[in-house]
Amino acid sequence: MISPSHFASVLLFALFASVVFGITQRETPQRMFRYGIYCFALFVGSAILLSWVMYAIAR
Amino acid sequence: MAATENKNAGGQSTKEGFVYLPLILGWLVPGGGHFLLRKWGRGGLLAISILSMFALGLAMQGRLYANAHDILEMLGLAGDLGSGLLYFVGRALGLGTESVQLTTADYGTRFIVVAGLLNVIAAVDAHNLRTGRKA
Repeated sequence: MISPSHFASVLLFALFASVVFGITQRETPQRMFRYGIYCFALFVGSAILLSWVMYAIAR
Repeated sequence: MAATENKNAGGQSTKEGFVYLPLILGWLVPGGGHFLLRKWGRGGLLAISILSMFALGLAMQGRLYANAHDILEMLGLAGDLGSGLLYFVGRALGLGTESVQLTTADYGTRFIVVAGLLNVIAAVDAHNLRTGRKA
């Protein structure tokens, strides 16, 4: 059994989902790559932002 | 029609053969639809991503949904079924049967469901390539 941290899980999830989104939602390799990076940044960025929002609410 | 005149990477006309074969193969085997259309790079990346996500989900002691007693289980089962043969092989081997008791296992369950949903997206993409809707 493996037990990655919450953040490591977020990174893995974002990586795999972004690869699939990039390949399936764009037509040329360059645009696929750029869209994949964009999705990855949005996944990770929104997770970090929501984490800080929840931290602020909990205090 | 533009859709029927489109050609795949190998220069083969896409109007030959059963039009839903890439969709079905893509559902059964992650990346299989793209491999059938000779999109080796795309198929390989899709296969690695989806297989890794499914395997990580099981390694995190995620659960494979086996029945649909309530609406949430029904949705989870629908997501799991998107993995195609991976789901049936996993069930046949008795994987993912333990109840979720850790946070990590809950993440693992989500990984498995999302792997199935991503596989459906990949299979539909293979179908779009086959019909010429996508280049």
